[in-house]
Amino acid sequence: MAGYAYVSGHERYVFRDLKDLMAKATPLRSGDLLAGLAAGDDTERAAAQLALADVPLGVFLQEMVVPYETDEVTRLIIDSHDAEAFKAVSHLTVGGFRDWLLSDHATTEALAKLVPGLTPEMVAAVSKIMRVQDLVMVAKKCRVVTKFRNTIGLEGRMATRLQPNHPTDDAAGIAASIVDGLLYGNGDAVIGINPATDSIGQVTSLVQMLDGIISRYEIPTQSCILTHVTTTIEAINRGAPVDLVFQSIAGTEAANKSFGIDLKILKEGYEAGLSLKRGTVGDNVMYFETGQGSALSANAHHGVDQQTIEARAYAVARPFKPLLINTVVGFIGPEYLYDGRQIVRAGLEDHFCGKLLGLPMGCDICYTNHAEADQNDMDVLLTMLGVAGINFIMGIPGSDDVMLNYQTTSFHDALYVRRVLGLKPAPEFEAWLKAQEIFAAGDQVSLGPDVPRAFRRAIAAE
Amino acid sequence: MAEHDMSDKPRGVTIANPWTHLRKHTPARIALGRTGVSLPTTEHLAFQLAHARARSAVHHAIDLPKLAQDLARFGPVVEVQSAAPDRPAYLQRPDLGRKLSAESAAKLAAEVKGPFDVAFVIADGLSAFAIEKNIVPFLEAMLAVSDKAGWSRAPLILAGQGRVALGDEIGAIIGARMVVMLIGERPGLSSPDSLGIYLTYGPRVGLTDEARNCISNVRSEGLSYAEAAYKLHYLASEALKRSLSGVNLKDDAEVLPKPDGEAAGNFLLDGPKG
Repeated sequence: MAGYAYVSGHERYVFRDLKDLMAKATPLRSGDLLAGLAAGDDTERAAAQLALADVPLGVFLQEMVVPYETDEVTRLIIDSHDAEAFKAVSHLTVGGFRDWLLSDHATTEALAKLVPGLTPEMVAAVSKIMRVQDLVMVAKKCRVVTKFRNTIGLEGRMATRLQPNHPTDDAAGIAASIVDGLLYGNGDAVIGINPATDSIGQVTSLVQMLDGIISRYEIPTQSCILTHVTTTIEAINRGAPVDLVFQSIAGTEAANKSFGIDLKILKEGYEAGLSLKRGTVGDNVMYFETGQGSALSANAHHGVDQQTIEARAYAVARPFKPLLINTVVGFIGPEYLYDGRQIVRAGLEDHFCGKLLGLPMGCDICYTNHAEADQNDMDVLLTMLGVAGINFIMGIPGSDDVMLNYQTTSFHDALYVRRVLGLKPAPEFEAWLKAQEIFAAGDQVSLGPDVPRAFRRAIAAE
Repeated sequence: MAEHDMSDKPRGVTIANPWTHLRKHTPARIALGRTGVSLPTTEHLAFQLAHARARSAVHHAIDLPKLAQDLARFGPVVEVQSAAPDRPAYLQRPDLGRKLSAESAAKLAAEVKGPFDVAFVIADGLSAFAIEKNIVPFLEAMLAVSDKAGWSRAPLILAGQGRVALGDEIGAIIGARMVVMLIGERPGLSSPDSLGIYLTYGPRVGLTDEARNCISNVRSEGLSYAEAAYKLHYLASEALKRSLSGVNLKDDAEVLPKPDGEAAGNFLLDGPKG
């Protein structure tokens, strides 16, 4: 490849290859600086964006940012590309693609048809030349609906993962956070625990506990223990009542290897989950997590910017038809996303890219105490993602994860965004909340005055 | 039903939740109450204070000379610095926190000569508070155990702006069979002063996390000093015996007895329905 250039008067900006051009066109973030890939200054960045806007989309099928020969994720992307679906936009440049996405031609139906024709690199490229409002505008037109025991992603609805983590996996401690979450109307995406201890015995007993609670209180939702896929497969083999199979994934073969997985292991996990047939309204059985910076953290980024690698992680998820995919946007720390401004932009990029690629995107709207961010930044991202039509967010008591030591959205935060934007839970879960009188009758989101009958004895017996 | 009224209680416009007694089971911020669907003022401002404290923990500078004085009673102490010149650089360049400054590397090579069975390295990490609060009581518990085991030990090494892997270079330079990194953990909102312990056998530059064993959440409200010392002694003894640490040691360590007083009870599933 001869490289790319932007010329303005007597100034000439040259970019070595496609991945160099994409990295330098990326809005500023600390992870690309750490990797030594970022533009030298704002002018070079703007020049790179101008040059990127002139690249025809077809180039992304010719010039690989990670080699086809040595990376199974690239092979998956190229081998599963649907040339017929791509025809709708194949004549466009990246800049023309932005115009098309924002135009009235890009309807919800047209975007759904386009999904198999897009690659993560095309989607990442166009996101780099979009403003926040563009990312919101286009994502809002995308609709991705998935089902297990309820229906997630319908228009005008937003689900929450109830995340009842406890520093020692104490059963009563987890139950206390579950009660808190349910009585604040949270938990339709999943009740999902990050276990403090990853052993097969611990994972099995947590799966059984959540299954017991969901059955006994007849909650139309699903459970998940966020442990390594091989541990979940083993738990399934031993007869554990697993609803969703979890795994963290990244956008290169080498980064996935550092997680101890490859596409074959993911397929085994997917098939093990399907084999239990525990979904009642659908069979989306996978739950994936991603996050910008994970590939660099594993030294497996191939000189590609972190946002493009993140979009490639969504291609890893696609064949396994996940119920949920969650970008944990501010979790890794300030060396990848330094402050609230970078976290907000990254969360909206990830949501946009995932939705264009046909995935049921959620976001862990979060930050650590060593990042330059606070609750105000999270309120901004939460509100913007609510407007953009996010499928689900996290819900945790008082925003404080006492096991993982970071802050994410609270049960209260979900009620805030429901009320200001009129967003309802998944319909099956909403019906349960109303039957339990956790939500008061009527259209506005309001909590009922009493503890539901079903929970009174259990709470009082304490 | 007798002992708890099951209606949310209005206090003025704010509403308290009738399950505050469940807080005994978890440090999580449950039963915060609400005004409308939002956090009451008291809870909102309590969060701000906790966040400010956690941020202070991150940015609070460790006073190495003072710490060296406090630790002198445990034997010789050597101070070093990582290649990260200040806190902003430390936070944005994890690679710098993982290697010694040129000056410190030269100093260690000149002043500390092994071989040793074990080197204890004490680093600020992401919370100098964690070191200030926990290091003396932990060393009291641990060094007694270590000396009883008869391990030869290097001088205590105090490292400023250090990350976990800094111990690899230190251990390699001074010739330690094992390095134990005692480091301030990423501060949580409810735990700004938590000490982490990382054991690495055969330390050398370039090792990654799968080569280590970790003991986390060591602090007065978390894992006790005695229990942490007990676990570390177990892991270090096994590491010396088997000449390895990390993933392959982990499985065996998990069979350690659980701390007592942890019943598996769960009130949501105990007792009859309804």
